[in-house]
Amino acid sequence: MNRTIAPPIKDAVDFDIKLKPYEQFTLDNGIPVYVMKSDEQETLQLELVFPAGSWYESESLEATATNFLMKNGTSKHTSQQINENVDYHGAYLNRNAYHENATYTLHCLTKHTEVLLPVLQEVILDPIFPEEELNLYKQNQKQKLAVNLLKCDFVGNRFIDKYLFGEFHPYGRVSSMMAYDALQPEGLQAFYKKHYTYNNCKIFVAGNLPANMIPLLNQYFGTTKWNGDTHLVKLDLPIQPAEEKKFRIFNDENGVQGAVRVARHFPNRYHPDFPKMLVLNTIFGGYFGSRLMSNIREEKGYTYGIYSQLYNFRQTSALNIQTEAGRDVCEATIDEIYKELLRLQNEPVPKEELDLVRNYMIGSILGDLDGAFQLIQRWKNLILNDLDENYFYNNIKTIKTITAEELQQLAKQYFTPGDFYELVVI
Amino acid sequence: MIHYNKFTLANGLRVIVHEDHTTPMAVINVLYDVGARDENPAQTGFAHLFEHLMFGGSINIPSYDEPLQMAGGENNAYTTSDLTNYYIQLPAENIETGFWLESDRMLSLAFDEKSLDVQRKVVSEEFKEHYINKPYGDVWHKMRELSYTTHPYRWMTIGKELSHIENAKLEDVKAFFFKYYRPINAILSVGGNVTVDQVKALAEKWFGDIPSGEKYYRNLPVEPAQTAAHKLEVKANVPLDALYKCYHMYARTDKRYYAADLISDILGGGSSSRLNQVLVKEKKLFSNIECYHFGSLDAGLLTIEGKLVKGVKMKDAEKAIQQELEKLQQEVISERELQKVKNRVESLLAFEDMSLLNRANNLAFYELLGDAALMNREFENYEVVTAAEIHEEAKLLFDEKNSNTIYYYAAN
Repeated sequence: MNRTIAPPIKDAVDFDIKLKPYEQFTLDNGIPVYVMKSDEQETLQLELVFPAGSWYESESLEATATNFLMKNGTSKHTSQQINENVDYHGAYLNRNAYHENATYTLHCLTKHTEVLLPVLQEVILDPIFPEEELNLYKQNQKQKLAVNLLKCDFVGNRFIDKYLFGEFHPYGRVSSMMAYDALQPEGLQAFYKKHYTYNNCKIFVAGNLPANMIPLLNQYFGTTKWNGDTHLVKLDLPIQPAEEKKFRIFNDENGVQGAVRVARHFPNRYHPDFPKMLVLNTIFGGYFGSRLMSNIREEKGYTYGIYSQLYNFRQTSALNIQTEAGRDVCEATIDEIYKELLRLQNEPVPKEELDLVRNYMIGSILGDLDGAFQLIQRWKNLILNDLDENYFYNNIKTIKTITAEELQQLAKQYFTPGDFYELVVI
Repeated sequence: MIHYNKFTLANGLRVIVHEDHTTPMAVINVLYDVGARDENPAQTGFAHLFEHLMFGGSINIPSYDEPLQMAGGENNAYTTSDLTNYYIQLPAENIETGFWLESDRMLSLAFDEKSLDVQRKVVSEEFKEHYINKPYGDVWHKMRELSYTTHPYRWMTIGKELSHIENAKLEDVKAFFFKYYRPINAILSVGGNVTVDQVKALAEKWFGDIPSGEKYYRNLPVEPAQTAAHKLEVKANVPLDALYKCYHMYARTDKRYYAADLISDILGGGSSSRLNQVLVKEKKLFSNIECYHFGSLDAGLLTIEGKLVKGVKMKDAEKAIQQELEKLQQEVISERELQKVKNRVESLLAFEDMSLLNRANNLAFYELLGDAALMNREFENYEVVTAAEIHEEAKLLFDEKNSNTIYYYAAN
């Protein structure tokens, strides 16, 4: 046996990836339910999604605070009673507010679904935002913020988004002590009433469902027009990018590392360059074998890790390179980032590297589609962005067929160092 | 119930196969029975640095990552005080690529000076990122030294100090490899869309001819029972005072481990847990508080840590924790509360088992504990714990003499 010879492999282009379809149901009041069944395990995931993200705020932090506090008291139960009930059944009731949407997600053993649905119903339909809970939330969030503000990576993330989008745009707005102080129960209640309504709700369910899952959902979420009809208008908001491009911030005089951020605007996912950039970005800084990682970590040892990412925001996206590097090598790191940008502009990606990235990306998508929870996640992202499976298949096709020439063209268009914001926070 | 098959190659490599034909993927997990606890006290951080070097090319294959990515695969690894674990996930059709790569680096590394040089720097940056350049980042370094006088858990996996990593020599790397990274000290666990026969053939083909190596018999210094409380005050540039209390608990294979684990959940598991409910919500002394342990194989530490609400005195915060611990020592917990923490374990195990990677990884872990079959009996170990046992263990655990406390003060 010759160990220097690699075993034969099946190439990515030969994998026929199929996105398993979901089943769709409609509750009596019109709420759509998207279902991905799988009876291999005894577990279930139920997610309610609302257009209740920071986009819709009239006051900063309203969306996150509303989302967080809905679980902390209803007209029938205190937050402790709710928490105890969820914990008693070994369940997890998580909530999240993003830029566009806000969610409530229940994870539980299938056998506990029926007792937990009334809890979820109460939290969604009947929160009362007790003042004491809000005050505690403010106090604890402010303490957490005070700790985070000492971290260069946290501060770096805040500033780079501010430079890209402007501090008055939802994508660039950041939390502050003042914004926490300004929160009022009435404001949260009003935000809740307007955004967590039956006609704005979408439900995603995955896993091993009780046989009567749809009737149960109907019983708890489908019979009334809870919170009434609201028609939310979502217009694009103007971004206000910073005029300066280069920033250096000293946050901690004793810092031994700096947070490096190098970023530029990029069109959103509906633009034809977006799927192509997913490939170019992977080559550049999107996986462990990327140009940035190979050069800046594996060749020079400047950092524990460096990545570039494409934001998944709806209105407009951005390309952001981020790393924490040794204090003395932050500037050298930025130089190397620019060198790698220029290399992709000046030289076509070699065939072996492109083949490798195609295979890596397809393998990774195959792994991501493994299991009902992952599948419904993929569908959710399509559905919430008003897309269908053709978008997914088109991305796959781009990965399989994009040429080195197209990638170089794309680099010439988007990888010009002067177009990037750069920031170091020490 | 996780089904699996188990066999051992002639060279002593233990192999576990978990078939799952619902997935197009396969997972290869290689666990080496060596961790930071096996290090020389003058060369700490070595097991973890070594993990980095495992990606620097092996004797016949110059690059580990590239061929794997070419086969559509991803990989990673981690080192703990107890063990080092490497894992790959890739399309099942390409599983042989994983066998080829993993077996060659078990056969021998390339031992490249340049790779050592770079990874020393990378690990130094990892050290800075996680333990220096972060508020409260040094607390575990201090806590381990405070709590352990003898056992190697007294240093962190990343190492006791940066200089130990900076001074690592290539000959140390070689010696470490040939002592620990041998088939006789390793467990290979393969899962996913594979068959037992296929894995048997591939394991024989790729791992069968690797020299067995010498079995490593661990003989670590035993930590003597603590006889007096340890306390340490720290002042640092942080915005909030914080309090850390650690109590010596039991080894992972000790029957009493399960009661202690449930106690940590009673105190800190979920929003309804006692410390959260009483100290954060009712008394408003802490802005957040946690109770946890690392599940260490040797006797570990049950930890309570919290950040104080601004203006609260350390003494009052500590007293309130003390009262909660005393409550556990004085009153037997209700059946409902006991059932709650058991239900949480049941659920946690079920959600963990959803991921193929976790299943393969856990099978290897339980085999390291003594037998992969333990994985399927794990919940029973929790189910049999009684309220009376929890009461008894709380009395022993939370003895003041068994405590280690760090008072972490904000400098300004």
